[in-house]
Amino acid sequence: MLEALQFKFIQKAIIASVFGGAGCGIIGVWIIMARIPFVGIAMSHAAFAGAIFGLLFHVNPLVMAILFSLISSALIGPVAEKTDLDPNISLGIIFSLLLGVTFLGIGLLKGPKTEALNFIWGNILLLSKPDVTLLIIVVFVIFLFLMLLFKEIQAILFNREIARAVGIPERVIFYGMILLSGMTVALSLNTIGGLLIFSLIINPPSAAYQLTYNLRTMFFISAIFGICSCMLGLFFSYLFNVPSGAVIIIVSAVIFGLSFIFSPKRRVKYNESS
Amino acid sequence: MSKIVEIKDVTISYRENIALRNITLSIEEGTLLAIIGPNGAGKTTLLTAINGLGNILSGSVRVFGENITPGLRKGIGYVPQSVAIDPRAPISVRDVVMIGRLSKVGLFHRANHRDEELVESAMELVGIKELARRPIGHLSYGEQQKVAIARALAQQPRIMLLDEPTSNLDLKAQREIIDLIDSIYMKKQLTIVVVTHILNHIPPSCKRVLMMKKGRIIWFGAMEEALNNDLLSGLYGCPIETVRR
Repeated sequence: MLEALQFKFIQKAIIASVFGGAGCGIIGVWIIMARIPFVGIAMSHAAFAGAIFGLLFHVNPLVMAILFSLISSALIGPVAEKTDLDPNISLGIIFSLLLGVTFLGIGLLKGPKTEALNFIWGNILLLSKPDVTLLIIVVFVIFLFLMLLFKEIQAILFNREIARAVGIPERVIFYGMILLSGMTVALSLNTIGGLLIFSLIINPPSAAYQLTYNLRTMFFISAIFGICSCMLGLFFSYLFNVPSGAVIIIVSAVIFGLSFIFSPKRRVKYNESS
Repeated sequence: MSKIVEIKDVTISYRENIALRNITLSIEEGTLLAIIGPNGAGKTTLLTAINGLGNILSGSVRVFGENITPGLRKGIGYVPQSVAIDPRAPISVRDVVMIGRLSKVGLFHRANHRDEELVESAMELVGIKELARRPIGHLSYGEQQKVAIARALAQQPRIMLLDEPTSNLDLKAQREIIDLIDSIYMKKQLTIVVVTHILNHIPPSCKRVLMMKKGRIIWFGAMEEALNNDLLSGLYGCPIETVRR
């Protein structure tokens, strides 16, 4: 394995694992604490649909993935707020529409569909330098956003109505969180794939949620779990020549399982009832 | 006394319904006002008119002598009806109370020593200082309601709005909250508006009562005059008899 580190594609994969894993871990905390997990699905499928239409119309798939993701992020906020349906139902409808659009696009592609199928499960070993550079920039922006506005984000994730009532500009910050989430999802498409990236947004923060009552710590643990999932996925993918996206998701699910089993929150409840 | 809230001919919608119709109301500074009425009367919506969270279709609302804007909310302490809190929510009691200071702290700034002192004194006034480090989800409903009141107090508001502060509480907790509101009013002489549909839960220091029904104000006057059997029976649509102790 160590000799493999000299290869540029492995180096890029490692960097993408660190930044993509951390980015998905952080935005995942926003998404699960705001109780809108379907946002993750909707955005990942929007990015996926964008990439497929990029291939269809011979436009850079990453650019189209980002564009579709940003448009869906801009719509998701108001949809989550203004429809009479439960937000997750509204988002479920958007997600199913996007999935239909995606597979329509795949169906319309002429010739081999290999490149399109790569967007389904991703390939962390085929990342380009611009992919990785953009991912690093976005994750730094997310980190800065979180650092500068942590106290407001904490208030919004606790209760949006109360945050608005005390005078915090919660709508702008909330929509900002959704937009940055959309960017991260779009840029992680090549790493994990459109169908699987939802799991990397949900599993690490869900695991972190089992382990702490402190939001700052939760962000940190979630980022670490995201990085570990990606790094271990890359390692096992290299070792056993298996799809990296799938292994990353399985590792993140195992981490969640272990966190759930050994959760100190469950231990307290057990002791109180015994 | 100056008028701290002036509502003029306001109509507010809630989804597709009109929740408040042509409401005109003035509240003088330093008043403890109780708003009572049956469910669906528009009591909560009236509070959202004052703090600007409601969807105002027509009319004007002036608070502190200015048209209501998001910025003015810094001076309005709002305690909404009890909110369900996840028992595993990763936020401590102190952090929840600190939320009340955030608009005064400002974006891109950190809370300073003064903010922390105000948070501590709000928790002390309300009697939850020993719970400061506990996760908010581990508290009883009564304790969570005290945290909400401490959060509103930490804002150093000029007016406090409390929406059904005793809902979902047991008898002891109800009494504690009512006494707490009364004590805050006596100590700080804030303008306090309390919404309740339980007449026994009006704080003892309350001098003014507003009665609402079907989105309209049907009576506004002194507490002593509000305790009228015919008036209350008409308001709630069932026989009511008041008993003085």
